[in-house]
Amino acid sequence: MSTTVKRVYGYLAEFESASKLYKAAEKVRDAGFQKWDCHSSYPIHGLDDAMGIKRSVLPYFVFFGGLTGFLTAISLAYITQVEIYPTVVQGKPANIFTIPAFFPIMFELTVLFSGFTVLFGLLGLMQLPRLNHPLFASKQFARATDDGFFISIEARDPKFSAEGTKALLNEIGGANIELVEDEN
Amino acid sequence: MAEATVSKETSAKREGPKLPVLEREKLILNKRSYNWITERICGVVENPQPILWWMLFIPCSLIAAIGVGGGLFHLVSTGVGVWGNTNRAMWGWPIVNFVFWIGIGHAGTLISAILFLTRQNWRTSINRAAEAMTIFAVCCAGIFPAFHVGRVWMAWFLAPIPNPNAIWQNFKSPLLWDVFAVSTYFTISLIFWYLGMVPDLATIRDRATGKIRKLLYGVFSLGWRGSNRHWSHYEMAYLLLAALSTPLVLSVHSVVSFDFATSVVPGWHTTIFPPYFVAGAIFGGFAMVLTIMIPARYIYGLGDLITMKHVDNMAKIILLTGSIVGYAYLMELFMAFYGAAKYEMEAFKFRIAGPYNWAYFTMMACNVISPQVFWWKKCRENLWVVMAVCMCVNIGMWFERFVIIVTTLSRMWLPGDWKYYYPSAQDIMLFVGTIGMFLTLFLLFLRFLPCINIAEVKWTKEESDPHFEDKEEHVDDGVEVIPAYQLELENGEAKV
Repeated sequence: MSTTVKRVYGYLAEFESASKLYKAAEKVRDAGFQKWDCHSSYPIHGLDDAMGIKRSVLPYFVFFGGLTGFLTAISLAYITQVEIYPTVVQGKPANIFTIPAFFPIMFELTVLFSGFTVLFGLLGLMQLPRLNHPLFASKQFARATDDGFFISIEARDPKFSAEGTKALLNEIGGANIELVEDEN
Repeated sequence: MAEATVSKETSAKREGPKLPVLEREKLILNKRSYNWITERICGVVENPQPILWWMLFIPCSLIAAIGVGGGLFHLVSTGVGVWGNTNRAMWGWPIVNFVFWIGIGHAGTLISAILFLTRQNWRTSINRAAEAMTIFAVCCAGIFPAFHVGRVWMAWFLAPIPNPNAIWQNFKSPLLWDVFAVSTYFTISLIFWYLGMVPDLATIRDRATGKIRKLLYGVFSLGWRGSNRHWSHYEMAYLLLAALSTPLVLSVHSVVSFDFATSVVPGWHTTIFPPYFVAGAIFGGFAMVLTIMIPARYIYGLGDLITMKHVDNMAKIILLTGSIVGYAYLMELFMAFYGAAKYEMEAFKFRIAGPYNWAYFTMMACNVISPQVFWWKKCRENLWVVMAVCMCVNIGMWFERFVIIVTTLSRMWLPGDWKYYYPSAQDIMLFVGTIGMFLTLFLLFLRFLPCINIAEVKWTKEESDPHFEDKEEHVDDGVEVIPAYQLELENGEAKV
């Protein structure tokens, strides 16, 4: 007899197509669920509204990332070239009028810092990387990255109930409804 | 609800002339399913490689090992003099190769960023390979400036960090701008490429059977599970990277051209250089994309995903940018003539009538004349013609840099420097080695990574639109669809 304790992660249901997933997502949203998700192998445009997800906040992070890059460039170039070690090369000035010569570097560092902010901001917002996830225990879930369309509703959601949620998924057209358990 | 019924009734009653609408050309032929797309692209990675892959990989990797590995070992252990850097023209060869490879690297980001912002959905089939090509081309490019500084172990002096001599890098110099531009370009291209690949790596992970394979693809796919809450942020990230890369791709070759344009050298000191270099880079880059994608498409049977429509579009871009480059060549001559600058005029006379005129006319024939055949549809539809033109462009773009750099440097202000330029054997060896290295890296990419963006290709299918099934229910009878011309399709069906 195995004595492993298993914790219920939630329900996983499969849908036939992107259109059906979209309509089902609207119904789950309207039923008031919060901790649930749709899974598909490509981004379905419009599904954010159907799920009631707000626009990503990533651009705000990136704005400040870019600003940091810009200020880094201007201070790096100005302080070293004008303030601390003014070096006259090719008769070019070493004062405030030198700034136009720093434009390319200001641009490049703005882009560089913004790019890093996109990468790390995105990973932070997605809460990735994580190598395990309860959903990976499901056999059918491997098709989420191939041709499957899934909705998962977590047991953590206050609206979740073993019977009611299953009935809802059934009603909105979910197939292969599966109770996903997390080995703990 | 009421509104919906009203519109339904009116649409049913609609009579009179119909609005003619040109059908969209299909980007995926034969109505391939999602699963077929996954199988076909992952199959390239999962199945044993065809014999042709080995036939290319073994010689290419040997050339890379001897040319780049052996060449650089010889260079570092002997000294940079083996490149024949005894006068100004002699360092021309590494710079020619640097500019050539950086130029090749431009099509990738153009395809992924600019065509993404302009919503050109055909980019989805080719962007991954083009981005990979960008990364590898920039790797090849980086070798030359890093080693031509002479003492490569001092290359860290290029980085803006304090050094014991208390001298800072000259931020007013285009050469330092170049360091920033190229390294930023490489980093951003790498982030763009990798982020774009995460969902596809997850696809391979979920199909993997071996333990090591599962682990490695699992680590690199970051635990991606196709969640729409993730897709939402992911798409925003992709859009932001595209928006950042668009000015970046235009800036990189502009900055490379500043190396020349800000000098007071006849033939270089001209304002046309930045746009001329950028157009040339895109031109050469697209030619290289076609050069390697047409064989890959054939070897791996990707014809339903990379269709003749894609080839046609790229051929048109080559025609456009080739014509811009041709315009720039002629405008350069006109400015030399009209500017009444004696030395400028002499520099161009030297290019056309001097001892290097064979290079000048090779460049003209390959870059300006050869792409003009793409005005004819028959030529864009014949893969042999397309390949031939692309090879001409690859050669022509190398000669463009040769003409700009070597002919100018070999006839500078000091007559003591004047000499006919020959590359040394080591010069040639290293350049051939980088070609081998580029192809080796690309073949490894085909072997280990998804060579087509699976997620985005799936997205271009009609039924990927969540309102696709609604469209079937509410057919718009106010329009008359005119079938689009597509080489491989007759009456909407593939010819087989």
